[in-house]
Amino acid sequence: MKTEYKFDHKHILGIAQLSYDDIEYILHTAESFKEISSRSIKKVPTLRGKTIINLFFEPSTRTRLSFEIAAKRMSADTFNISASTSSAVKGETLVDTAKNLQAMNPDVIIIRHSSSGAPTLLTDHIYTSIINAGDGTHEHPSQGLLDLMTVKEKKGKIEGLKVSIIGDIGHSRVAHSNIIGFSKMGAHVSVSGPATFMPVGIDKLGAKVCDSMQEAISDADVVMPLRIQKERQKDPLIPSFREYASHFGITENMFELAKPDAMVMHPGPINRGVELTPEIADGARSVILDQVANGVAVRMALLYLVIGNS
Amino acid sequence: MAATQGILLKNGRIIDPANGIDMAADVLIENGKIVSVTEPGKLSGNANAQQIDVAGCWVVPGLIDMHVHLREPGEEYKETILSGTRAASAGGFTAVACMPNTDPVNDCSVVTRMILEKSHGAYARVYPVGTISKSGKGEALAEIGDMKSAGIVAISDDGRPVSDSQLMRRALEYSGNFDLPVICHSEDMYLSRTGVMNEGALSTKLGLKGIPSAAEEIMVYRDIKLAEYTGRPVHIAHASTRESINLIRSAKEKGSPVTAETAPHYFSLTEKAVEGYNTNAKMNPPLRTEEDVASIKEALADGTLDVIATDHAPHSTLEKEVEFDVAANGIIGLETAVPLTLNLVREGVFDEAKMVELLSVNPAKILKVDGGSISEGSIADITVINPEKEFQYTIDKVVSKSKNSPFLGRQLKGMAVLTIVGGDITFSSL
Repeated sequence: MKTEYKFDHKHILGIAQLSYDDIEYILHTAESFKEISSRSIKKVPTLRGKTIINLFFEPSTRTRLSFEIAAKRMSADTFNISASTSSAVKGETLVDTAKNLQAMNPDVIIIRHSSSGAPTLLTDHIYTSIINAGDGTHEHPSQGLLDLMTVKEKKGKIEGLKVSIIGDIGHSRVAHSNIIGFSKMGAHVSVSGPATFMPVGIDKLGAKVCDSMQEAISDADVVMPLRIQKERQKDPLIPSFREYASHFGITENMFELAKPDAMVMHPGPINRGVELTPEIADGARSVILDQVANGVAVRMALLYLVIGNS
Repeated sequence: MAATQGILLKNGRIIDPANGIDMAADVLIENGKIVSVTEPGKLSGNANAQQIDVAGCWVVPGLIDMHVHLREPGEEYKETILSGTRAASAGGFTAVACMPNTDPVNDCSVVTRMILEKSHGAYARVYPVGTISKSGKGEALAEIGDMKSAGIVAISDDGRPVSDSQLMRRALEYSGNFDLPVICHSEDMYLSRTGVMNEGALSTKLGLKGIPSAAEEIMVYRDIKLAEYTGRPVHIAHASTRESINLIRSAKEKGSPVTAETAPHYFSLTEKAVEGYNTNAKMNPPLRTEEDVASIKEALADGTLDVIATDHAPHSTLEKEVEFDVAANGIIGLETAVPLTLNLVREGVFDEAKMVELLSVNPAKILKVDGGSISEGSIADITVINPEKEFQYTIDKVVSKSKNSPFLGRQLKGMAVLTIVGGDITFSSL
């Protein structure tokens, strides 16, 4: 870490806006916060008196809870607004909703929205710190960071590793954040899956696109199948889930192509038996639940850093 | 300004490619007509005429924008015929052709007549375009003959393509009875689907659904084929991709009855303008790449593209200060067309005469309307352009009722300083 380094982000909109040093610093901060969650009294006063709003326009269990736990472990006051209870149903615009929230003077608004760029739109209209908890198919930076943290924790490094991301890259904001994040930190990212899932120009984000699953997974250090988003299959992208599982699912045979010490990650929730067999999901080389645990630490770090900076 | 008094435009540079003229001359206007074009200082006769010194300016036939959306009837909070023609006049346009996707749509003579009635007292001539299909739904032919009798100058389902190729064929055949050009919004909706910007690395990076350039090109090809098959002319609206240009060029080489237009934003901006989720850079077709921009410039120079039309599409903040994927398509363009086109003249893409052809001569020819020349005896629709006058295009300067322009804040060079419609001054900043 350079001595003159200063974390200088008011908002966390995407990994694309974070530098190598920023990511190192966030992971470092998260590692130091992780221990808090293992205490018997899991609370520190760091963010006492701070107000944090979870503004979720899409259903979410894990991410919202993770942010809420992160905030509460640091003694912040948290409030949850979900789409069903928000003004969206009354026809209020997103900008109006945000302005109304700002008038109540929160310190951070954490937003999840189905439209890519919705968090950016908020930063154009209000001055409150914004953390993107997933916007459309753009980015999911806190997930990307917790994945980086997990790999760093388990492998001791990120640089030089081969990371294989498999499946619905086009619809996955997690994939986008991970491709950008892992590439930025020096890993080699390969992506594979049905070509209908590969967005145009994904190689420009830093991923090597492999037509062959074998090529993508061979000698990988990390294999990350993505959730098949059943709710997003309006386009005829794959013939059936059954066919997907047999050609693109991570099975024992497929996973054997990876390095012997390779680990499997998944952003959840898992469609067991589709993108991943239960044996691998629950196996010794699965770090899926470590990812969830690290999610709290990373989100504690993000909240601390953006509020500390504002 | 009373037309009967007459206007004498002195010391301007007359650029009138229809008559092969580019020279210093004085122009005398009386009773709504151009009376004479003579060497400077030589004009005798009407001593009562209002004398206007336009030294250093270009005097050109009134600019005609053959592709605008005036939003009336139905969306008067965005624009009206009055406010839209005021913007046209401020931008140097003496006439506009207004697309029929209003509410109700202009798919019958009643709506056509209503638009023309509202155009009395407007700041520019208004030429209504009727729909091709009933309600613009692309299912059955609209009452094209009745609309022609009421005053439409062309038909188009602009805003949407006519996806049904058989209907498009029938429209081309039927419009022949009424000598109406057919303006094509060429888009394969199955391919563009829910896309909101040009498809490529940038759309992937931004997480925005892409519209492949092929979505335009497939339909440009179809529309050209139908023009060739029926022998009836088509006019391709807002061509935006390199391959569309190539298709149009090769059709023209064969002598097929095809004309085409592009809009200033397609040669002034690329998809990069979308970065930051700028909804004022969202339009359909979407902004494309550097290569497409280069092709469009080349096509304007070599005659593949006949017309620059603005696709002036006013939207309020209600439609634009929202999430990018739900924002409305389109930008206003009437007030920025002249300086943006002048950029190409300054870049050496084409000369002044070509600019006048693209903005006046050719649209008049395609729509078969008056204007496009400064001939003695013709209607006195004239635009005076000061090519050197610079201004910063700020929101308070926007004349249009809507302010949705990606060019806000830009320093622009060259503007209309005097606009004359039928001998009446509709705009002057002299």
